[in-house]
Amino acid sequence: MDLAFSPQELAFRDEVRTFIAENYPANLRGKQDEGEELGREDMLSWHRVLARKGWVAPAWPREYGGPGWTATQRYIFSEELARADTVPILPFGINMVGPVIYTFGTPEQKARFLPGILSGDAWWCQGYSEPGAGSDLASLRTRAERDGDHYIVNGQKTWTTLAQHADWGFFLVRTDPTAKPQEGISFLLIDMKSPGITVKPIITLGGEHEVNEVWLDNVRVPVDNRIHEENKGWTCAKFLLAHERTGIAGVARSKRGIERLKGIASEQPGNDGQPLIANPFFRRKVAELETDLTALEFTELRTLAGEAAGRGPGPESSLLKIKGTEIQQRITELVLEAAGHYAAPYFRQFPANDLVGSNEYPIGPDWAHRAAPTYFNARKTSIYGGSNEIQRNIIAKMVLGL
Amino acid sequence: MDFTFTETQGMLRDTLRRFLADRYDFDSRQAMLRSEKGHDPAIWASLATELGILGAALPEAQGGFGGGPVDTMVLMEEFGRAIAVEPYVPSVVIAAQALLAAGADADTLVPAIIAGDAVVAAGFYEAQGRYNPADVRTTARADGSGWTLNGHKPVVIAGPRATHYLVSARTSGDQRDRDGISLFLVAADSPGIVRRDYPTVDGFMASELYFEQARAGPQALVGQEGRALPLVEQLIDHATVALCAEATGAMRRLHELTLDYARQRKQFGRAIADFQVIQHRLVDMFMEVEQAASMTLMATLRLDDPERARWVSQAKAKVNRGARALGQAAVQIHGGIGITTELAAGHYFKRLSIIETQYGDTDWHMARVEAAL
Repeated sequence: MDLAFSPQELAFRDEVRTFIAENYPANLRGKQDEGEELGREDMLSWHRVLARKGWVAPAWPREYGGPGWTATQRYIFSEELARADTVPILPFGINMVGPVIYTFGTPEQKARFLPGILSGDAWWCQGYSEPGAGSDLASLRTRAERDGDHYIVNGQKTWTTLAQHADWGFFLVRTDPTAKPQEGISFLLIDMKSPGITVKPIITLGGEHEVNEVWLDNVRVPVDNRIHEENKGWTCAKFLLAHERTGIAGVARSKRGIERLKGIASEQPGNDGQPLIANPFFRRKVAELETDLTALEFTELRTLAGEAAGRGPGPESSLLKIKGTEIQQRITELVLEAAGHYAAPYFRQFPANDLVGSNEYPIGPDWAHRAAPTYFNARKTSIYGGSNEIQRNIIAKMVLGL
Repeated sequence: MDFTFTETQGMLRDTLRRFLADRYDFDSRQAMLRSEKGHDPAIWASLATELGILGAALPEAQGGFGGGPVDTMVLMEEFGRAIAVEPYVPSVVIAAQALLAAGADADTLVPAIIAGDAVVAAGFYEAQGRYNPADVRTTARADGSGWTLNGHKPVVIAGPRATHYLVSARTSGDQRDRDGISLFLVAADSPGIVRRDYPTVDGFMASELYFEQARAGPQALVGQEGRALPLVEQLIDHATVALCAEATGAMRRLHELTLDYARQRKQFGRAIADFQVIQHRLVDMFMEVEQAASMTLMATLRLDDPERARWVSQAKAKVNRGARALGQAAVQIHGGIGITTELAAGHYFKRLSIIETQYGDTDWHMARVEAAL
């Protein structure tokens, strides 16, 4: 048992740190500092830099383009990314559909899709949830009917994140309506430019256009785009959910978030002339948050050590999802509290916003106009990726055997 | 980074778990607690000689295995699983380490501690000082042939069975000064030590100690005169982390017991474990166990960190909260039977509740976390 990094690991950390410092796009840093909305190319620019370096998919096996790192190296890498406050790499290609394709896909499918996922040339979105199928995902009704070497797909997906930018989507569709719900589902890759696809924005509480409805009207999808066997899509879905959950703890990002919160609370005045961070009630909340994050961090490290010892990302990762998202939400709550009066002024940040008469520049400190929208937005974290209640069901069944 | 246990540590765990399962089952434990001494002396003797594990975390030069805090963590989790009432924390974690830290002259007792012949109880806290180890009113005065101690240590766990006491006393300075505190190792039968023995609610025996012109020889001083507080704080931190490990073991076992009970107990024609409201509560308990284990490991591995106080206090605060939440949930799921002495569950709840109050409660530790923000 030893917490210290080896000399090789320390050298790796320095290499990562130097690479980020020298290669992070300067214009992206500027937009982040100004709190500007990031467009498609902004979000992809850092992805492309990492892809050229061979570092964009840390968890992928080397044969598919991963860097072949140890669990400790992956941990160091994510710590360094968070420390430098880089834009997150979008999960839909790298963390979600990529592992499904290299695990369940044919050699042709791997050759066709994996390079675009790594390079960032293909932007992916996730067609899972439906208006009638949220936590009960297996009740989904989007229908795919065979027509020769194509499927004809009809239905509606929702909460499709950043589908407005997507080139491709991975969809769960019903191919056998007579089977038990989990046994009649297939996993299809659909070109988002296919005729019959309509993407409609959903505006969330902070004014963001982040999620969408995706309507499918007689969309023709080649059978070659199906991953795994027909009616085996649920296997892919479960596999993907487990993968989605491991990264979801977000420890490194939350560490960075707490550092930022402490900085804010040191500058904001409290009620007595002292900085807010000196307020014993506020200070206690920050200390508890930091304590809970340490518990999460070491639970994740124990899970990673278990994976390195050959135990896969198991149902314990549901714990990481629950506690990780709770902490992410609490950070946004405390930033909102720290904003005080300045939580209220509205700043038109997103073009899609429908409110009129908003401020042209922020009232109050630069960070404060983001406090409320970020808090509102973070409520999604305990809902997506299998709600935290569903995660409890998973632990109850898979870990406790209930 | 490396999170694997050594082969020795794995053997330690297996050996102690088997021994405790065999000799420390619930009925045996209850019989020990009801006996005149409140414990079975044969257990400690077996741990020392038959299993030979009391020196697992101590240096080989003194007869130990040369292990460290990770070995203590392994052992304490097992003691916690069995809610054992053995004096491993005061005698081994605190006293042996104090004697080793103080230097060659003082450590002649360590082999006797490892052999189980000497049992040392620790008296660092006083009635007026709550959890502040710098708040010491007990005095020690040097005189021609040694030391004279006066003062009061009200809650000294394992006091009745101890052969020696390791106590803090003020040799100079005012009541809460950081300077002027010294450590003394005194024989339990020294003249002038007045003892009132009593049981604790969680099954231990303890003593209230009065030092009334108590006499100790010149060699009783452990370490430097007047400079003992940093060592006392270090010993308390080590004991705190050991207690976190004990709590983790107790929490894991109590969770298992509760899971078993919920599967067996039928209401409305089905096992109560079938109800989602019970399942989610059992999951919340599971998450507390895992987080307690994580924090215990974290603090164990950081006992030499420059920010030791911060990490130890994060661990104890988190474990305290988890112990309370889990203990209360266990009793609730057991229902009425959970508040009786008939099932083991209630006894785990009692131990976990008292662990919360030992070596710093949640507020004490959160204050240290806040100081390190």
